[in-house]
Amino acid sequence: MRRKIILFIIITICFVLQTTLFKALAFANISPNLLLIVISSFGFMRGKREGMFLGACTGLLMDISFGPYIGLYTLIYMYVGYINGMFKKYFYPEDIKLPMLLIGGSDIVLNFILYFLVFLFRGRSDVFYYFKSIIIPEFVYTMLITVFMYYPLLKINEWLEVDEKRRAKKFE
Amino acid sequence: MKKYRNRKNKYQHVPSRYTLFTITVVCVITIFASLTFNISGGPLHTVAGYVFVPMQKGINTVGSFFTTKAKDLQTLREVQKDNKKLKKKVDELNTQINTIKLEKYELENYRKLLDLDAKYPAYDKVAASVVAKDSSNWFSSFTINKGSNDGIKKGMNVIADGGLVGIVTDVGRNYSTVRSIINDLSNVSGMITSTYDNINVSGSLKDMNEKGVITFSELRDNKNQVKNGDSIVTSYVSDQYQQGILIGYVEKVKKDSNNLTKSGTITPAVDFEHLENVLVIKNLKQTGDTGDASQQDKDNKSHDVQNTQTTKNPSENNKGQEQSQGQ
Repeated sequence: MRRKIILFIIITICFVLQTTLFKALAFANISPNLLLIVISSFGFMRGKREGMFLGACTGLLMDISFGPYIGLYTLIYMYVGYINGMFKKYFYPEDIKLPMLLIGGSDIVLNFILYFLVFLFRGRSDVFYYFKSIIIPEFVYTMLITVFMYYPLLKINEWLEVDEKRRAKKFE
Repeated sequence: MKKYRNRKNKYQHVPSRYTLFTITVVCVITIFASLTFNISGGPLHTVAGYVFVPMQKGINTVGSFFTTKAKDLQTLREVQKDNKKLKKKVDELNTQINTIKLEKYELENYRKLLDLDAKYPAYDKVAASVVAKDSSNWFSSFTINKGSNDGIKKGMNVIADGGLVGIVTDVGRNYSTVRSIINDLSNVSGMITSTYDNINVSGSLKDMNEKGVITFSELRDNKNQVKNGDSIVTSYVSDQYQQGILIGYVEKVKKDSNNLTKSGTITPAVDFEHLENVLVIKNLKQTGDTGDASQQDKDNKSHDVQNTQTTKNPSENNKGQEQSQGQ
């Protein structure tokens, strides 16, 4: 329960920041994807199940507030969480290479899918342009923010896990 | 307690693959449903609105406080430079105003002649400010801080600086979502004021990012009468947009490969980069009985409101006409 509340607070903060502050700080109309960092991080820190639910809930939030079609973000972010969760067994907290790789990869794949489903299907066929001016800048910006956001998220998760273990012991 | 934990364990044994599959199916269905029926989040909107909009408003107030402070720190020289530039612009705009005044005078004369006054009712407007923008970098949509509590409905037009901004696509209690005309998914039927040719204005992410313009297409102009700088307004054939709202000015015209139609780009009248305050036109476009049947079924309530407005509007217009005749 405590985990759910904490996650809800994190998602809320990130969503609010992403739609207001980071839109004001946008370089060349590009802002970072904070929510993806959260979904991806909790995916590979906690596994498929939590990543999937977190992704689906966050996606739903984006869908009802800004989505072009209801369900599109839910679907994509759910798979992002799930697939990141598959990498739990390769994850070591001290090593930042895998998280960076996963978050960066997720960002690129996510934007490619969005481009493919919403833009290419309507005849906007200039892949290279969209790659160069939207996908890559967002990737770079998101990576930059990841460096600052990853350790706080890791600490929050560690704190939650320690707390959950202590509570479980208490009941036995 | 043990019982509770057992149940929890059992619950966790449902493999996440199945959940994943179920949600996938649901999502695909809703995507297709929203593609075909144009639905929105429904009651979920209200909940989300109550949670997030106040926070976004707060952040924006804090943000604007800091930006004003930062602006104060701009050096005097910069301000002076700006001042010079602005003075030049004032002169420019003054000449523009003069020409527009002349045009307006001309227009009024024509209107009197053609009795078109009835088509330009005085719209009832609500002021609102932008509180949040699209969470991804692909779609130009934003939320404003007024919703159904202030009488805003889906399909209302949004304007700013005298130009068209977009259309309300979703309404919550205290907020609503606006899809701007520069959004890649947006299509508006426009009309070139100099030739009365109807065109299709569509937003384009690429052109907006590169040159700050949007595109138009399907212009039939065999006599090459359309020039750069011609103003474009919303057309009377549009079933979503009120007639005669300024969209922008023609930036470039070129012939299509089929040699029949022309396409080109438009500089929007609104500065979308620095959009803070907008006006929502509370009149909905009257589509009449031949309009989209499904939408009318959905918007029965709003249709009633429209009807009362239609009965109201002519009287207003008559008044306006009388006044202009009196002058």
